[in-house]
Amino acid sequence: MNDGYLLSVITFLPVLGSAALLVLRADDHVWIRRLALATTLATFGISLLLLRGFNPQEAGFQFREHYEWIQSPPIFYHLGVDGISLWLVLLTTFITPICVLCSWESIRTRLKEFFLMLLVLETGMIGVFLSLDLFLFFVFWEVMLVPMYFLIGIWGHERRIYAAIKFVLYTMAGSILMLVAILWLYNLSGTFDLRQVHTMLQMGQIVLPMRTEMLLFGAFFLAFAIKVPLFPLHTWLPDAHVEAPTAGSVVLAGVLLKMGTYGLLRFCLPLFPNASVQLAPYIATLAIIGIIYGALVSMVQPDLKKLIAYSSVSHLGFVVLGIFAMNTISIEGAIYQMLNHGVSTGGLFLVAGMLYDRRHTHLLSEFGGLATPMPVLSGFYLYICLSSLGLPMLNGFVGEFLILLGTFDRSVVWAAFAASGVILSAVYLLWSYQRAFYGDVTHEKNRALPDASRRERLLLAVVAIVILWMGIGSPMFISRMERSTANLINQMNQRSRPGSFLATTDAKSSVPMPVVAPKAESEKTEAVKAD
Amino acid sequence: MGPPIIDYYCLAPEIVASAFGILLMLLEPFVPAARKSLLGRVALLGAGAALASILVAARYSSRLAFYELIRLDDFSLFLHVIIFGIALLAVLASYDYLEREGLPQGEFYALLLFAATGMGIMAGANELVTAFVGLEISSIASYVMAGWRRDVLKSNESAMKYFLLGSFATAFFLYGVAMVYGSMGTTFLDKLNVAISAVHGGGTLLTLGMGMMFVGLGFKIATVPFQVWTPDVYEGAPAPVTALFASAPKAAALAMMLRIFYTAFADAGDTWFWAVWISAVLSMFVGNIAALVQTNVKRMLAYSSIAHAGYLMVAFATHTEIGVAAVLFYLVAYALVKLGAFVTVAHLSGRGERRLDVDDYSGLATKRPLTAACLGLYLLSLLGLPLTAGFLGKLYIFDATLRAAQAASPYKEWLVWLAVLLAVNSVIAAYYYLRVIMAMYFRESKDDWVPEPMPRAVAIVLLITAAGTLYFGIFPGAVMNFALQGAFSLR
Repeated sequence: MNDGYLLSVITFLPVLGSAALLVLRADDHVWIRRLALATTLATFGISLLLLRGFNPQEAGFQFREHYEWIQSPPIFYHLGVDGISLWLVLLTTFITPICVLCSWESIRTRLKEFFLMLLVLETGMIGVFLSLDLFLFFVFWEVMLVPMYFLIGIWGHERRIYAAIKFVLYTMAGSILMLVAILWLYNLSGTFDLRQVHTMLQMGQIVLPMRTEMLLFGAFFLAFAIKVPLFPLHTWLPDAHVEAPTAGSVVLAGVLLKMGTYGLLRFCLPLFPNASVQLAPYIATLAIIGIIYGALVSMVQPDLKKLIAYSSVSHLGFVVLGIFAMNTISIEGAIYQMLNHGVSTGGLFLVAGMLYDRRHTHLLSEFGGLATPMPVLSGFYLYICLSSLGLPMLNGFVGEFLILLGTFDRSVVWAAFAASGVILSAVYLLWSYQRAFYGDVTHEKNRALPDASRRERLLLAVVAIVILWMGIGSPMFISRMERSTANLINQMNQRSRPGSFLATTDAKSSVPMPVVAPKAESEKTEAVKAD
Repeated sequence: MGPPIIDYYCLAPEIVASAFGILLMLLEPFVPAARKSLLGRVALLGAGAALASILVAARYSSRLAFYELIRLDDFSLFLHVIIFGIALLAVLASYDYLEREGLPQGEFYALLLFAATGMGIMAGANELVTAFVGLEISSIASYVMAGWRRDVLKSNESAMKYFLLGSFATAFFLYGVAMVYGSMGTTFLDKLNVAISAVHGGGTLLTLGMGMMFVGLGFKIATVPFQVWTPDVYEGAPAPVTALFASAPKAAALAMMLRIFYTAFADAGDTWFWAVWISAVLSMFVGNIAALVQTNVKRMLAYSSIAHAGYLMVAFATHTEIGVAAVLFYLVAYALVKLGAFVTVAHLSGRGERRLDVDDYSGLATKRPLTAACLGLYLLSLLGLPLTAGFLGKLYIFDATLRAAQAASPYKEWLVWLAVLLAVNSVIAAYYYLRVIMAMYFRESKDDWVPEPMPRAVAIVLLITAAGTLYFGIFPGAVMNFALQGAFSLR
């Protein structure tokens, strides 16, 4: 039943580190930083062990841990990782040391509490991706709000208090209804265990009438859609992003938003396939509106951080579209795009933070011609922009291409509209680059700005390497998602009602279901990437 | 021939507490003014002894004592632990407060113990008049304590309001008892149950009686529309007394209500379901929305306690054992945090309770990090964040409500609505709890005021309540099993 302790170690090592921080004196900044960095690096290192032991041929959960926690109601401490969550866990452990490094000098007040919160947040995020017990999942999901609330509220910018409370209230409003839905499922099935609930639904041991399924789906979906954020629930995001300190924005864009899309994949689709299928057209429409709307709003932002924030709305629209196109390729693309967005947008926020450290503003009009004083930084910014807008060879391309390919198979119209987002993203990103970095230096203050320091170069170089690697080495990533994604689609098929598109499209689909012919499927995806 | 000696064991906590109360009154004149703090120690000993003597009573559990007037079961034991536990903590918390404010001590502790005695009887009464006597013992002691800061106008207002409205409410209750007796011919709960099921729900007189009793008890629990007194009384009463008011009488009155409505009036469930449903919904909304606009922390917590009364009524409406267990667990979680929160407020308010505004808490996290962390924890628990007892309490209420809804209840839809409205309210409530945290952690302090160092007794109270909140939030098993036992012993 239990396959070692690896997942628990990864999950709780950051909390241990934060407990160790408590022992240090509050003004001992050197050691506080070192300890925080060591903890997050160790967590990342240990999480790499997952790759070694992970079996790509296995569709189910691996490294499982299962212990009783609370007797009544029966709640288990149940962790496991599969192809969907594997990379998200690694993304989390990868992003956190970057956050520590990017706060190295920019955070000066209450340093100890800052890293404490960051480490607790890391545990919360990893826990969300690894929990296989609905209750445990909810605990991590909610507890994670607290450190994020403090990160924005204490170390944020001018309107931080407003942004912090908006963030918490939005998220809570969604998640509390999810709790009701979780309890409803528990009362039907007698267990909080995700796999058991799923099996019971799969076997028909519990039957959800369509209306109930719709309501339950809605409760889960609302929580995740707010987190994603899906248009029109996105209004908390620009505020939270803009007001958060750099590390906060990076974590928020890099990992927190993924929890929403992960939730859609992990809970909404497998537990409520019929509702998902029925509502897919509406959700896809919202996603497409988000793609275009996010891009258009992003284009006219005078504030660099807000620009990046709205670009997240657009990019996450792609992810949601990929999920609700509901075929293996589009879902793989969606997962890939989650990782891309985490790395690329995280990178953009890093640069924005570095500019802020120098000029204490995010306004594009305050910049201009920055390429002259800081060629290195501007080079990195351009590179990350290109990755984010989907230049072939870099990571963004793979994700967007797979999503569009899968979506095309489902609906040409959706794909056509979504593809316009790719063009728009080129407009707003390159334009922002042009406004900030090209031309003459328009402000005297900017002339003498120092270029990227060694620490900053290191940070950006790491991000840049990962971007390139994900762009050309995508099979390594995709091969590990394939089984779980195919399994997800397959199980949805088994439960879908006759007449739904899942059943019909599969028959005539040009892409054979991987369960039927896994070889052909993987060859096809390989071919796509070689492109 | 009196009742057998065993019957006295069943009332051991009450007997010990009132004995110590009388002892305190006798000691008071003989203790020199400089050494009045000795009385606090005696009171502490008394409350501790009363708490310990529950163990004696526990050996005779499931017994009807004193000619069936008192019923000692696991339900009653659970409530005794809550009530006398609160009394113990309240004594600890009053210790330095009374010194600081220069208030008389001996009678205060005596009244506190008497109030606890009355509440104990309320929780165990098997007969309506006995329940009424318990209610009165606790109420009269409470009226006096509310006005303990004699020379403060607000405290006088508090006592006056509590007394006038409170006696009105108890009169309602008594009138209700009279009507029930008039229609059914008995005041014993088990006999009432038999009588009512024989006539299939009873007539107008019975309904009227039930309604009257509901009003009387609703007042004590502070549910809407009987809540109007709460903010004023809580604000004016000395803060440790408020801590007591917000937790113990609510628990005792709710226990009494559960026992009466779930046993005696069990078969008239259709009649009272709507009263409970409406007052649950109103309490949640009125409490939370009014709390949103408060700037005084004491008043904010008072409105929040109205909202929490609403949450408890949600579980009440389920009319199931699981619902009772949820109420019991919630009472523990709630008592811990409310007590802790009010004691912290009492300490921070300073001499004369001047600093009670949310803005006064600005920058507290840098001045007194531990105090701020404790208060933050209580607020998060009230808000219902996972890993705190408050979250599990809410979870059990949700669970009980949904389970009752799924179990072919005639009120299926309405119970689901209760759960949804409870969810909505949790979010509304988040705003005002977070506002205090925001002040403590996010804002810079506006003056150089630093709270006095925390007295040891207060620190102990905070330690116990904070540790309890976390512990029961992570390992609720033992308490929940006890609560389930209690719930199933009710019928």
